[in-house]
Amino acid sequence: MARHVLRVFRYDPEKDQEGYEQRFEVEAESHWTVLDALHDIKWHQDGTLSFRRSCRHGICGSCAMTINGKNGLACELQLAALGSEIVVEPLRGLPVIRDLVVDMQPIYDAMVAVKPYLITGSSPMSDQERLQSPEERARLDGLYECILCGSCTSSCPSFWADKQYLGPHALLWAWRYIADSRDEGEAERVGVLDDKHGLWRCHKIFNCVECCPKDLNPTKAISNLQRAVISGRF
Amino acid sequence: MSVSEREAERLHEVSGIALHNVHRHDVVVVGSGLAALECALESSRVADVAVVSKIFPTRSHSGAAQGGIAASLANEEEDHQEWHMFDTVKGGDYLGDQDAIEILAREARDVVYQLEHLGVPFSRNRQGRIAQRKFGGHTRDFGRGGPVLRACYAADRTGHALLHTLWHQCIKSQVRFYAEYMVLSLIIREGRCLGVVALNILDSTVHVFQSRAVMLGTGGYARVYRITSNSWANTGDGLSLALRAGLPLEDMEFVQFHPTGLFEHGILLTEGARGEGGHLLNGEGRRFMEDYAKDKMELAPRDVVARAIQKEIDAGRGIDGQACVHLDLRHLGKALIDERLPQITEIAQKFMGIDATKQPVPIQPTAHYSMGGIPVNVNAEVLEDGKNKAVKGLYAAGECSCVSVHGANRLGTNSLLEACLYGRRAGQSVVRYLASGAEMPTLPIDAANPVLERLRWLQGSQGTERVASLRRELQETMHRHCAVFRDAQALDEGLKQVRVLQRRYEQVKLDGAGKCFNTEVVEALEFGHMLDFVELIVAGALNRTESRGAQSRTDYPDRDDDNWLKHTLAWRGGDGVRFDYKPVVIERFAPKAREY
Repeated sequence: MARHVLRVFRYDPEKDQEGYEQRFEVEAESHWTVLDALHDIKWHQDGTLSFRRSCRHGICGSCAMTINGKNGLACELQLAALGSEIVVEPLRGLPVIRDLVVDMQPIYDAMVAVKPYLITGSSPMSDQERLQSPEERARLDGLYECILCGSCTSSCPSFWADKQYLGPHALLWAWRYIADSRDEGEAERVGVLDDKHGLWRCHKIFNCVECCPKDLNPTKAISNLQRAVISGRF
Repeated sequence: MSVSEREAERLHEVSGIALHNVHRHDVVVVGSGLAALECALESSRVADVAVVSKIFPTRSHSGAAQGGIAASLANEEEDHQEWHMFDTVKGGDYLGDQDAIEILAREARDVVYQLEHLGVPFSRNRQGRIAQRKFGGHTRDFGRGGPVLRACYAADRTGHALLHTLWHQCIKSQVRFYAEYMVLSLIIREGRCLGVVALNILDSTVHVFQSRAVMLGTGGYARVYRITSNSWANTGDGLSLALRAGLPLEDMEFVQFHPTGLFEHGILLTEGARGEGGHLLNGEGRRFMEDYAKDKMELAPRDVVARAIQKEIDAGRGIDGQACVHLDLRHLGKALIDERLPQITEIAQKFMGIDATKQPVPIQPTAHYSMGGIPVNVNAEVLEDGKNKAVKGLYAAGECSCVSVHGANRLGTNSLLEACLYGRRAGQSVVRYLASGAEMPTLPIDAANPVLERLRWLQGSQGTERVASLRRELQETMHRHCAVFRDAQALDEGLKQVRVLQRRYEQVKLDGAGKCFNTEVVEALEFGHMLDFVELIVAGALNRTESRGAQSRTDYPDRDDDNWLKHTLAWRGGDGVRFDYKPVVIERFAPKAREY
């Protein structure tokens, strides 16, 4: 057992004018994650502490938060690797609803804007799959694994400055579909992408790459989109 | 769209529901996993569809499914839907309904092709076709041959790939999402479902949804166990909705334990790991499956493998005497592991600090899947009596339902298939029902009253019991008394403890009554739901005096077809559980001894 202090951001719009930091002490087992510590606090110290979580193994994307200044998933980050004092805050750049819960609507709205679905002119044969070579399929690796946790976009200074910016997550998904050998939707998407709130807002700060819990590279996806636009592929 | 002003005003007068919190949609889908989204997508072609879910769609637990979705595409080698049907019947220990299983095996190809057409990034073989891998219990030639390549997959992130693709398609089809709305009641009057009542988690307001059809795709409940692969959201809410509406549940005693949960965490490590050639080793370093299933070894069905692991552990042959054995992938080589099993190696690394390419991974059986659920027919219509009579306008599919394709034990990769296939069938049934002229119903003015009363009780509760402590006790109770192996004494004691917990829940205490995103209230409501149906699991296991599939009674070690080749139907009454039964549909494959 090891003692950790969690300095947790608190805010309840029914009571508080503004947010504040509250200190909690937990006696943690060696394999505990930040989520385990938050559960321990909620269940045994203060039931009013609010946060989202579900799968607890890094696939549902519910529990992204800012931990010791860096975005990540609370369910994956081990307390032991974070030190005896751990600062836990809600994702930045998104309105705080309560405590560690933020309004994710801007993240979802940007997804809708990039048309995240196959766009094809041809209809496939109903009784078989469309063919795609392993090499074509491999182009989707490093893209389709995105869990939409919002870590990237909420760490992006360009998004902090321009709330209409689509953000690295939505641009990564746009490239996931455009890079798909089955997709023909470049022309439909180019308007929203080739825009001052679109892919030109990226200034290669790499916060998104640094914090992605799935080790994806949104900056590379954005560069690929930029190259495609410049080269006149769209 | 809101309801007619007059109706909304009546609700407002009687219940205090704000006018703008009364909604009207042709179809309301409850839940947002694969079954729910398939139904939403299908019915959105002709109707205005709302998905009402306590979590945002991409957070649904379908996304955690790893290994694959079954279909006899024969992309890699000879395969036939009849073989798939046979494997599913035998895998379920002959309790599955063979009309439903025949549909499952027959329509699987169509469902997988449709998913591919929608954009799912399936892994591919050299011919550019969907790649397929082996999975437990899926065999060649009616079980006479070896394991067959039948599971279509996207690396070991198949559920994730399917879930996100379907959500994307629902965006395209302009399905309306009410995310973080927790449905707390079905409105059923005179055999017809009229809508649902839900709590908006954001601000604790109560909303009434009026609809021509309602579909339940609310998933499973394995969070009632201490060691589970399931997410925190898997609290069986849909089962409680059905019970509270007076409907029965079917075959609830059949709970699947997945053989390979990460030790102490319970996190799933896909059966695909064994499908790709992974071994199970006991503390002596021996492949112990040769003692239990010498033919199919690690690729025997899950109930067989989970029992074998548990027996090794109970006999003291776990790793260093602990309650785990090893999943060994080392001989597969790093290249294959990186290509086909990247997620589970990431999990082993992040949660146990183990490099699965260099070290074996400690695993133990983990509560995983519910074979039982809300009784439905092959058109996904919910059955009021559990047998023949459908509730008008109410449908269910996926893990919350029991159609029953899995019988007493589900084969791996049949759950994603069932969720997608029967979710789509639910959508097709909804479309037919709407086309038959189903009108928008009139809402009863007391529709929201039970929910309002429950919330008033909870928010004003002055007791002494903490939800987290009660839940922990329930999870321990279920693990001790109603897990892989069961007997009358343990089940009897478990049932008593469940009933004590039900009484103690009445004395629950919350730390805060705030209205804004109160997850303490959500957890208390979820736990109340668990207590509704968990009694049926334990009582059902006690009632069924045989061993079949996942129900393994040490005091009744044999399958008893003379007395128990039948489905359990169970209702929750004031003074306990009431049982009834219905026959198994046997079309083609008569029960035989089940050996692997």
